[in-house]
Amino acid sequence: MTERKSRYAIFHIPALAALIMFVFAPSIFASGSPEAGGQTVNPATNYDPNATIRIGSLYEPQNLDNTAGAGQGVTEAFNGNVYEGLFRLADSGAVEKLLATDYSVSDDGLTYTFQLRRDVKFHSGDPLTAQDVKYSIERVMAPDSKSSRKSSLNPIAGIQTPDEHTVVVKLSSRSVSLPYNLTYVWIVNDSAKNLTTSEDGTGPYRLDQWRRGSTLSLVRNDEYWGDAPTNKEVVFHYFTDATALNNALLTGAIDIITSVQSPDSLRQFTDNPNFTVKDGHSTTKEVLAFNDRVKPFNNVKVRKAVSQAIDDKKLLNSIWGDYGTLIGSFVPPTDPWYEDLTDVNAYDPEHAKQLLAEAGYPDGFTFTLDTPNYDPHPVVAQFVKSELAKVGITVNINIITANEWYTKIYQAHNFEATLQEHVNDRDIVFYGDPDFYWGYDNQQVNELIASAEQSKTPEERNQKLEKANRIIAEEAASDWLYLYPQIVISSSTVTGYPVNGLNSQFYAYNIKKAPEA
Amino acid sequence: MLSYVLRRLAILALSLLLASVVLFVLLRLLPGDPASALLGVGASPEQIASAQAQVGSNLPLGEQFVRFLAKLARLDLGRSFVSTLPVGPEIAARLTVTIPLTLLAFALALIIAVPLGIIAAVKSDRWYGAAISSVSQLGIAVPVFWVGILLVTVFAVQLRLFPSGGFPRRGWDAPIEVLHALVLPVLTIAIVMSSSLIRYVRSATLDVLGSDYLRTSRALGATFSGAMLRHGVRNGSVPVISILGIELATTFLGAVVVERVFTLPGLGSMLLLGIQQRDYPNVQGVLFVSTLLVLLIGFLADFVQRLVDPRLRDKISGAAQ
Repeated sequence: MTERKSRYAIFHIPALAALIMFVFAPSIFASGSPEAGGQTVNPATNYDPNATIRIGSLYEPQNLDNTAGAGQGVTEAFNGNVYEGLFRLADSGAVEKLLATDYSVSDDGLTYTFQLRRDVKFHSGDPLTAQDVKYSIERVMAPDSKSSRKSSLNPIAGIQTPDEHTVVVKLSSRSVSLPYNLTYVWIVNDSAKNLTTSEDGTGPYRLDQWRRGSTLSLVRNDEYWGDAPTNKEVVFHYFTDATALNNALLTGAIDIITSVQSPDSLRQFTDNPNFTVKDGHSTTKEVLAFNDRVKPFNNVKVRKAVSQAIDDKKLLNSIWGDYGTLIGSFVPPTDPWYEDLTDVNAYDPEHAKQLLAEAGYPDGFTFTLDTPNYDPHPVVAQFVKSELAKVGITVNINIITANEWYTKIYQAHNFEATLQEHVNDRDIVFYGDPDFYWGYDNQQVNELIASAEQSKTPEERNQKLEKANRIIAEEAASDWLYLYPQIVISSSTVTGYPVNGLNSQFYAYNIKKAPEA
Repeated sequence: MLSYVLRRLAILALSLLLASVVLFVLLRLLPGDPASALLGVGASPEQIASAQAQVGSNLPLGEQFVRFLAKLARLDLGRSFVSTLPVGPEIAARLTVTIPLTLLAFALALIIAVPLGIIAAVKSDRWYGAAISSVSQLGIAVPVFWVGILLVTVFAVQLRLFPSGGFPRRGWDAPIEVLHALVLPVLTIAIVMSSSLIRYVRSATLDVLGSDYLRTSRALGATFSGAMLRHGVRNGSVPVISILGIELATTFLGAVVVERVFTLPGLGSMLLLGIQQRDYPNVQGVLFVSTLLVLLIGFLADFVQRLVDPRLRDKISGAAQ
């Protein structure tokens, strides 16, 4: 018996304890607890000019060139931070001059003359010239360019550079939104190489390092022509999963989440003074799209009835709680031609029944709702189904993948109704295209939308689009269920970040961070 | 011995070729065209056609496969459809995460499993021997990602001892940070892996304990420890080593899952992203390299087993596969 005890003395408990100590030892070197800053220092007044801002995002760029299919991630990281345009789209939706100091438009609206800033240098040290601007615009328009905004530059017929600081853009037809369209044309050095993995822009930050699958870091450009950023470094941390992203903010590994996509996780931040939750306006619309070509949805009364039978407010509340916005049409509040149309076809189930009877469906009808298999669509579909059951309409929910949605609905137009989120700003133009998947075709709307871009002034364009917008709302071209919230959550030690996230941009240069305690 | 190694290498090469055919065909059987997935909503048919021409998805399958093999022979894994960046260097960069993660987890699993497995066998009559057996049984049943989520909740979110995920931006230039970031992922894999390893070690030890040669050795005057070290460990290790090869390969696959939970920029996250985006070159490249590594591990395990066990070396040389 005594012998037994000594046999395996090598497996002593102290040895195991030492092993565990060894494994856990690195935590001794861990940086300070994030809650150290729990004491409320107001970062707006007392900030560290050399701070590192750590931004958490779900959108890692595919590469670093927005004409090579880089996706929204590169817009988030680089627009306004690393690259600048002739104009900038401010977080309010306003278009402001950036690398252009001034511009003039000829009387026929076909010639734009831009004056460039003279004190601008690229990160490589080259000065900004008119040739760079010409090169940069042509890069977006090139045949192999994968820019999603390419077609909006179609009116450009030619670009001239009369001197080093003047760019003349000739158009084949009027394009009143040209300055807006130029906000997403990065001005790139015309001698830059390897733009999919490096950069040469004029912005307040230069690229430090991109570690694929993990982080992209920017560092302050000390040669910047404008106001210096209020921080020294910006590091984007990329996640593939919302829970991991939230955990990173909770544990102080990041300072900001650019865009919260899951409502469930909000509570852990809203009830905690260490975090700030900002609710801005997104441009993402949850749409119940009818196939306006086919029965019964080719009947305006049926579409109105469906729209009036669904309580959008209750739906939005059940998904996002107090966040998000109700919309009466496809136009979000940050578009210049926005008008509050929530009263048009507002919730009124009794009137919906009456409309159905007038349309020849007193006992309702049955239709199939093709529902993408990812959030929030399946939940929305269930809600739509139960609301429509109350007015006698039977909904068959057909769950499909994103790929099936693309081929069956977007390409083949083979559907009755579907759910989809539409993310872009200024995208009312889809209702002026009878070949678009939902097949809305109203001669007057088509003309208004087609002629809007030919307007002499932005005001004239806005009036035309407002009018078109009112018609599609009254005809219930689709049912616009709600506008997603744009939620940015940050540690309460940082401030000064954009809240609307327009076009997925995230300007980092005004972010201030309180000094570490 | 040399002929054995050559034969094994030939089998390795043949397996790789077969694997590449299977990979290639399976990927093409998936529904959906990478070109349309690439462009998304709003693309015109002309844009799709030009994207197809660009990525080569409009070519006949046979031609795509020959091109793939020809490139592979030059160690060129092609370029990603989506990012347009070369696949090979990205895989190399991501292996600097996945390989250390796998090896550390495997080493830790061994450190945990070998002593505990032996204790479970030798002390099977004590409460802690039985406890080790039953806890390891439980560990086998638990999915690896769940252990990961649990560890994150406790050690990252609650106790704030370790990061909840992510990889330091300076990478291996900051080794302490990297090791700190790898603690939870390594623990996650090690906990699950060691559970099954404990079972193997335990049963191998039980076999040895009941063996005649151990009894004979003790009868000749050896102490229990002496007999175990001289005869027991060596005999017991043969079946364990053959299992280790499989377990190391499993650890590697476990790493692929765990990378997702901890947002580590390794092969696993590259694979999952590639699948979502129908990025055939990326998926193909990752699966090819993973297959290569798993086959190599099998090869090495065989080899080590023959070194340890002279019976395998001498008697059935060539018959062992």
